[in-house]
Amino acid sequence: MKSRPSPDTLLPTSKQDAVTENHWQALAHFTDARIGLGRAGVSIPTGHSLAFQLAHAQAIDAVHAKLDTHSLLDDVKASINQTSHLSQTTGFNHLFGKSPLLLHSQAVDRTQYLQRPDLGRRLNDTSVALLEQYRHSSTQHYHLAVAIVDGLSSLAIAQNALPFLQALSELLVISTDSKKNWQTAPVCVVEQGRVAIGDEICEQLQADCVLVLIGERPGLSSPDSLGLYLTWGARVGYTDAYRNCISNIRPAGLHYQDAANKACYLLNEARTRGLSGVELKDRSTDQTINMDQKTDNLLIAPFQKTQEK
Amino acid sequence: MSSEASKYLFRYVVGQRTFGFSSLAELMAKASPARSGDRLAGIAADNAEERVVAQMTLADVPLSLFLEHMLVPYEEDDVTRLIVDTHDKTAFASIAHFTVGDLRDWLLSDLATSEKLKAVRTGITPEMAAAVSKIMRNQDLVLVAKKCHITTAFRNTIGLPGNLSTRLQPNHPTDDMAGIAASILDGLLYANGDAVIGINPATDNVQQATRLITMMDEVIQHYAIPTQSCVLTHVTNTIECIEQGAPVDLVFQSIGGTQATNDSFGFRLEHLAQAQEAALSLQRGTVGNNVMYFETGQGSALSANAHHGIDQQTCEARAYAVARHFNPLLVNTVVGFIGPEYLYNGKEITRAGLEDHFCGKLLGLPMGCDICYTNHADADQNDMDNLLTLLGVAGCSFMMGVPGSDDIMLNYQSTSFHDALYLRRVLGLQPAPEFNVWLENIGIRQSQPHFSLHEKIPEQFKAPLQQLKQQLNEEKQ
Repeated sequence: MKSRPSPDTLLPTSKQDAVTENHWQALAHFTDARIGLGRAGVSIPTGHSLAFQLAHAQAIDAVHAKLDTHSLLDDVKASINQTSHLSQTTGFNHLFGKSPLLLHSQAVDRTQYLQRPDLGRRLNDTSVALLEQYRHSSTQHYHLAVAIVDGLSSLAIAQNALPFLQALSELLVISTDSKKNWQTAPVCVVEQGRVAIGDEICEQLQADCVLVLIGERPGLSSPDSLGLYLTWGARVGYTDAYRNCISNIRPAGLHYQDAANKACYLLNEARTRGLSGVELKDRSTDQTINMDQKTDNLLIAPFQKTQEK
Repeated sequence: MSSEASKYLFRYVVGQRTFGFSSLAELMAKASPARSGDRLAGIAADNAEERVVAQMTLADVPLSLFLEHMLVPYEEDDVTRLIVDTHDKTAFASIAHFTVGDLRDWLLSDLATSEKLKAVRTGITPEMAAAVSKIMRNQDLVLVAKKCHITTAFRNTIGLPGNLSTRLQPNHPTDDMAGIAASILDGLLYANGDAVIGINPATDNVQQATRLITMMDEVIQHYAIPTQSCVLTHVTNTIECIEQGAPVDLVFQSIGGTQATNDSFGFRLEHLAQAQEAALSLQRGTVGNNVMYFETGQGSALSANAHHGIDQQTCEARAYAVARHFNPLLVNTVVGFIGPEYLYNGKEITRAGLEDHFCGKLLGLPMGCDICYTNHADADQNDMDNLLTLLGVAGCSFMMGVPGSDDIMLNYQSTSFHDALYLRRVLGLQPAPEFNVWLENIGIRQSQPHFSLHEKIPEQFKAPLQQLKQQLNEEKQ
């Protein structure tokens, strides 16, 4: 007969013994990096391991969730109607007072979209025909075309596209200067699109420039990041060298109003100079590095430094 | 012979069917294990059968053909010129009669000892390495790579059998000095950072690089850590940093396998030579003089539209010709960073990581791997665990140590400080010997073969930790 193991070896030790906490946890205040996680043996403890999985799950869902285009189109229309009650000449109505157009790239679904960036850069035949038809229906000259593109995060579009556009539209209509008066084409909502799809939209609508609002590649802690790309005189085949970008627009990143200020600055500069891209620098809030900032090396305590000398 | 058949350079008959391949580049591309980048380029095999037939055809190709058929013309491309001009015919002589298939058999055989592999290394061109890898299974890539011992040194020795080093990667989205310091401290206390402490700067200019280089140098000097630092800025920036007197240990550059790729990265081979010379002139290495750190990755040539119709794995192997000319301390294939249009899922990333490690080691490079993925790839941390374990078995020189696997600056997931410790435990691997002694002496790891950390903070780190906490309280007030 086998002897029973003694109770001591059967019972697990207390939870505290299994996980070694790090005494430097407080340093996590200095960075969003996942430091001071502690360890179970040499492995990441359960809580942090699952927190990581949750963040990754949210990022993946953001990539694969289909953009709810109907509710987005409804929201755009509602914004137009709402502002038209407030004023006939200012706000959303003035800028985007036409029914939005729903377009689709040549990538039929997400799987193809992820493997064929070239297809995500071009409109499908139906969309081209729709834009041609629209263009022929009006002789209006457009200063600006706006494209809302799902990109790699429909979540970013669903949460941030309209609040940003509202902030921007208020800035663009304030000016009484006719040179800063922006006549805009109908908002285009694009499914399975990449940044460069805006070039074809700009070309088809014969607009002066295009502003693309696109869902950026989700980071682990930023599944909802919206990016903006401005291209002056965009034509199919343009490279990124012709674009100006504003990145990381989301509640926990660059705020709508700040993003709208930057975008407004770039739009007016692009229009004045007739160009965009590497030759158009954003000097709206020049964020140069302050070289005078505290350069004390925090890993070397001051008294230790003195001792060295 | 009919005109239809004569247009093919290579033909292979399977039953009633004849398969044809019109060029060596086409044959190589179609013989490549499936991946999205080759499909995107429109050069992948049409179906599974054609892929294997291409592999069978490639297995019969004599190695000498790779010295006659240049995939990119000699006149047009400085990487081709480098490969041809530095080819060691004496070393090649012992394998000159082999086909690609013969080479595989020989590599796997007991005839190919570590010493013999070292002796033929300079006779093998990147195209030969790429070709043989295409007809090797994953376990073949592991087995042969493990036999290739590549040792390099600067302030410690990288790549000794039984060792696994890590790059401590303390990136911060705004290069905040306190944030970077916090991540460096975390990494060191988790016994990481013997390959290099290497920062990808958020702001890429000479001033910023100098600030970061100086900060890391102070830490390395103060704690007498047998390791080296690097800021991953453009090679021309690092040259300027050196001219301005910055304490540069390693020179970084991303490199590719065609001249046009490197043009898109904004450098020529002369820049690398100039930078290597400048770094060597500083004489900062204590146990060796390998001063270069290169990063590569399949797909870079295609994304720069500079692939000349060549498959992405062969382009990658050609980048190793550039690397080995400059005697690097570290070469890092950043395997899953480029995105799913080049490597779609965990399976493709795993295969590419093993191929790159094998080709690099066969050609004589200190290969490490950034085992990683982006959030739009069909991959997760379990895929990374698998590749990490496979590469550990294969004798990979180093991997990344990123806090909690989450790089908050580059927005992708890599391997963590903890992952390195996992690998050291399950495979009995050790850090670089000089660094290992330091870890023990300063009180980070316990002095037993089984990899264990001390619970208490080492005495020497208490003061800076106190200072960081103080700064924290000031910021809170």
